Amino acid sequence: MAIEKLLKYEQDSRFPLTLSKSESRLYMSFISFAFIALFVGGLMGLLQVLVRSGYYTLPAGIDYYQVLTVHGVVLGLVLTTYFIIGFQYTLMGKTVGISDTQYRVAWLGFWVMTLGTVMAAITILYGKASVLYTFYAPLQAHPAFYIGLALVIIGSWIACFVNWRQLYVWKKKHPGEKSPLLAFMVVINMIMWFIATLGVAASVLLQFIPWSLGYAATIDVLLSRTLFWYFGHPLVYFWLLPAYMAWYAIIPKIIGGKIFSDSLARLSFVLFLFFSIPVGLHHQLTEPGVQTTWKFVQIILTFMVVVPSLMTAFSMFATFEISGRRKGFGGLFGWFVHLPWKDVRFLAPFVGMLAFIPGGAGGLINASYQLNSVIHNTIWVTGHFHLTVATTVILTFFGITYWLVPHLTGRKLTPSVNRLGIIQTIFWAIGMTIMSAAMHIQGLLGGPRRSSFSEYNGSEQVAEWGAYQVAQAIGGTILFIGIVLMIYIFIKLAFFSPKGNEEFPIAEEEKDAEPTPMWLEKWKLWVAITIALILFAYTIPIMDIIQHAPPGSAPFAWPIGNN
Amino acid sequence: MHLHKYEKWWLIFGVGTLITFLLILGYGAFYLGTHPQSHGITIDPQEIEAEESFKPENLGLTKVDEGQYVLNVVASAFNYDLGTDEEGKPVKHIQIPKGSTVLVQAVTPDVIHGFNIAGTNANMMVEPGFISSMEVTLNKAGEYTLLCNEYCGSGHHMMFATVEVTE
Repeated sequence: MAIEKLLKYEQDSRFPLTLSKSESRLYMSFISFAFIALFVGGLMGLLQVLVRSGYYTLPAGIDYYQVLTVHGVVLGLVLTTYFIIGFQYTLMGKTVGISDTQYRVAWLGFWVMTLGTVMAAITILYGKASVLYTFYAPLQAHPAFYIGLALVIIGSWIACFVNWRQLYVWKKKHPGEKSPLLAFMVVINMIMWFIATLGVAASVLLQFIPWSLGYAATIDVLLSRTLFWYFGHPLVYFWLLPAYMAWYAIIPKIIGGKIFSDSLARLSFVLFLFFSIPVGLHHQLTEPGVQTTWKFVQIILTFMVVVPSLMTAFSMFATFEISGRRKGFGGLFGWFVHLPWKDVRFLAPFVGMLAFIPGGAGGLINASYQLNSVIHNTIWVTGHFHLTVATTVILTFFGITYWLVPHLTGRKLTPSVNRLGIIQTIFWAIGMTIMSAAMHIQGLLGGPRRSSFSEYNGSEQVAEWGAYQVAQAIGGTILFIGIVLMIYIFIKLAFFSPKGNEEFPIAEEEKDAEPTPMWLEKWKLWVAITIALILFAYTIPIMDIIQHAPPGSAPFAWPIGNN
Repeated sequence: MHLHKYEKWWLIFGVGTLITFLLILGYGAFYLGTHPQSHGITIDPQEIEAEESFKPENLGLTKVDEGQYVLNVVASAFNYDLGTDEEGKPVKHIQIPKGSTVLVQAVTPDVIHGFNIAGTNANMMVEPGFISSMEVTLNKAGEYTLLCNEYCGSGHHMMFATVEVTE
């Protein structure tokens, strides 16, 4: 096998690898599940905006908060996790390959996650778990809900172990070579996911499950919230990083360019690993039991993600400009005008990138210590994450779907589906602009999030919110049309498009690119720094929370109708 | 590792802005003393009345000095208890003269609630086991809605009262 050592993977004609039929089936299972979730969750979203407009009441006594729980769980946890794991498997399959054992274990992960999802779904449908996706204690859902969530997490860990093993095996076979960029990114994201989910898993396994089964009489509410948000913020980066994988290493290929800088892409992922986790307290700024000093320390750590975010923004536009100019489009903006706007594989993620400008700016406002009091738990926050996750991330995922699904099913992205995709993207952009803007404004005026339609005290102040809630219903309806279009596109690409070979675009480095320094592969160091930062940011606050804990809380099942 | 010249400028500009930004936040927090609420004072959620402030007769708005008020609130699913008026009816409407300072103290005997005088900075989580408190000055006259902004169950959106800031 000496010859393998001489080859660098970029020059190696074996790359990218071919995905086998059975592999494709595994990946498609994850992605199909995500699209079922998209439809169910999207429908719930439509019902919510209609109810909140004040002109519609849910039939058959369905509770608004049950619908809201389905929306959050199915879109925030199920859609994202399934799509990401499926997509990341394809990236690993293309760059480092998957062995038979890894393949079987990956299926096991799929079934564990799916069993958990079905358990949680049934409890929610029976009205036994209207606790929203954050399931704050001491509201108490049926134990099956928490056990279902635990299984989803454990299933996702199996995907972590498989991905790590895939890269490990590859590196053993290719000593001294840097790992393929996309595999590097997947492994970073899964390290972050694993470390982050340890918090919520501890809370669910050690606190919620014994408490909901009646083995523990009370629960430490603040500790459970702190463990939840230790997971809750890296969760959003777990959504975002796969979008960044596509931006850094796939979009350049789609627009006919090269990767701007392999080493900067890796460095930004390492920085995201460092600064995604030790920051959860910024979701708990208005809580009575957390020390202000540590709130502020975590605020500073929160803002550190500005650095890799700026690096990413620079890389994107640098790639756009360099590839445009190389094609001969000069002038100040010629390269921009001639980007492939009519290619939905580019357009959808690009609109997502644009949404991240106001989305990111809103995030800075939310994390701004004092300003947080203005917007905390107002519908501004809902407007914020519908820009970030429900536009930036999801439009990038849609952009991936247009080529990934036909690649996996042996079909082609046809010009007519491409056109439909462009229309879908426009619907999404318009619908979200209306809905998210209305949410941001209503939030600044004090309108609360996570609330069914209410006239409250009938004051002028509340009446003022009405128009924005109607605007949200209009935007939300346009978005739902976008979802129906996307489901149609997905079915078409999966089952009915003409047979063919759709390209799996993986960008390459420039021929004369600077070599990537090997220190970027110091995995143990990156994990050690991540853990050190977490210990620094969380040890004292959590010790304080445990030592100064008030008497615990008994379960409350009746407020959510679970009795 | 190679950094493009423009990227260096871009990052220097970005990091510079970031540092300035954090300094302003720190100045606001530690020099001007503007923090979100955080006192860490605990209470037994099953015996909130053991605490003087939350005995039924002490709930609601009390004037302690000229322009100085205390507002004691018990938030429970799905109601804000602001005490009772002379006829024994629950108070759902309080009046505060413009410009006065109000020390808000809130607790819950059951689940997590929010305390938000909508459109103002009076925004706190109310969690079982802790006394939430903050001092607010309401400088703009008008009728405000005090509402629960953390999900507390099926009647969450029916949990409110009115705060009127009078001239």
